[in-house]
Amino acid sequence: MSSSIALTYIAAAVLFILGIKFLSSPKTARYGNLLAAFGMLIALVATIPLLGTGETSLLKHGWNLSYTLMVVGIVIGLIIGAIGAYSVKMTAMPQMVAAFNGLGGGSAALVASLEFLRRANSPEGITTFFATTMLFATLIGSLSFSGSIIAFLKLEGKFEKPHTFPGQNVLNGLILAVILGLCVYLTGWVTTNTTAFIVMFLLALVFGVAMVMPIGGADMPVVISLLNSFTGLAVAADGFTISNISMIVAGTLVGSSGTLLTLLMCQAMNRPVTNVLFGAFGSTTSGSGAAGGDAAGKTVKPIQADEAALLLSYAQQVVIVPGYGMAVAQAQHQVRELSDELGKRGVEVRFAIHPVAGRMPGHMNVLLAEANVPYDQLCEMEAINPTMDRVDVCLVIGANDVVNPAAREDKSSPIYGMPIIEADHAKTVIVMKRSMAAGFAGIENLLFYKDNTRMLFGDAKASLTALVAAVKAS
Amino acid sequence: MSTEILVFFIFVLSIFLGFELISRVPSMLHTPLMSGTNAIHGIILLGGMLVLADAHNTLTTALGFVAVVFGSANVFGGFMVTDRMLQMFKKKKK
Repeated sequence: MSSSIALTYIAAAVLFILGIKFLSSPKTARYGNLLAAFGMLIALVATIPLLGTGETSLLKHGWNLSYTLMVVGIVIGLIIGAIGAYSVKMTAMPQMVAAFNGLGGGSAALVASLEFLRRANSPEGITTFFATTMLFATLIGSLSFSGSIIAFLKLEGKFEKPHTFPGQNVLNGLILAVILGLCVYLTGWVTTNTTAFIVMFLLALVFGVAMVMPIGGADMPVVISLLNSFTGLAVAADGFTISNISMIVAGTLVGSSGTLLTLLMCQAMNRPVTNVLFGAFGSTTSGSGAAGGDAAGKTVKPIQADEAALLLSYAQQVVIVPGYGMAVAQAQHQVRELSDELGKRGVEVRFAIHPVAGRMPGHMNVLLAEANVPYDQLCEMEAINPTMDRVDVCLVIGANDVVNPAAREDKSSPIYGMPIIEADHAKTVIVMKRSMAAGFAGIENLLFYKDNTRMLFGDAKASLTALVAAVKAS
Repeated sequence: MSTEILVFFIFVLSIFLGFELISRVPSMLHTPLMSGTNAIHGIILLGGMLVLADAHNTLTTALGFVAVVFGSANVFGGFMVTDRMLQMFKKKKK
């Protein structure tokens, strides 16, 4: 590598670092993303002189079929990426991140596999060091690929419930043991046994599916974040394999910051990461039957839109708790309209954002921002809870588990100990919900049966439109 | 000190740097941050380009081509989807 290429790679690395740094603050986030993108562009350009070795070298021997395919491939990827990024609805953002992450993982696995095939057939052979990095990148990359696809499908609503069967952990353990055995065989003996390598590749794909299937759809953000850091590590390992320092630095940065981000997300749900990955959240729902049983004897109190509108218009303080239901119904604009109408009547409206509301941390902020809800109306859970006793009406829009008092009261509940927005402390709670179906965690919500709770059934968008009309009329 | 050790040295330092970089992130930025870092590991496109340039038969060319398509979708889609998310944060400041 010439020193000018090396210097360009350093510049790209600095831009990635600054990019991630700026992405952690709301004011500079967009700028940070553009910086990182610019870093990527110069890293790509700097790589052009490195393309090809010997008679395939681009600089020495010029264009060949591979380079045509390369340009075509980049353009196809660009088109897929642009269509994915700009056509996707804001509610489907999490899936999109999962999909892009899976593609990156697949690419990382293919790069390592190709390098293995090349070295296996070349006189230079493979050293233990390179065998290790290639196997690591293949293993992690392909499990990130298949795992992300499952995460994508789960968020799309396909088999979102956890899939478990007896002996599943044993079977997964066995698959992992075979994979690791093959890895030891391939690295320890530094063999070029291609069959063993392909078997390992396929098993890693199976393992990615087996790892994500038992995890409930509600935990997908954590899974995607984890797979994101996995892909980062696979890319770093690829960087070692093909001696590309910019891939090592970028991949490692993503790997370690992604790991920390995963832990932060788990912290917000008050659950250890092992519990998310191996707990098979859904399987404990049968254990929480007690909570469901308690609730079965109680009744909910429905409310109509016009009565709810009166409650809201004559309140002094209103807190709105948005959740996934708002996202599904695409009701963020109606929510803004309601909040504006109430504001005109002198009602103080705030939004309480739970760290894991929706399907991704920050999901609600993104949607409300799209509807132009001012920054200062959005409050974090910690800020809003101490003031909840003074709130007249708490309007829960399609949120469920994040306001479930079972997290505080019912020790047998799987979400016990998770920090919640204490909606039930408000004088009146109005819950907008399509039906009495349980939330994403599959558990009964005790909030619905409280004396101060009223249920406003129906699609969030339709209910909100009715509410806005009723508030305007009052 | 060999090149391998130097590279490994950079690797270890990068691990710590990654941890330090995002110690204080408000939860509303978790998704854009995840999406942004997702785009950064799209640098695997470089790897795809390098192995495709070295491909010597139909199989390796085909696989290298797939690697380039995947990597390209990861990097371009990743940055664009992140920008789209962040655009919305900006709009609400007015």
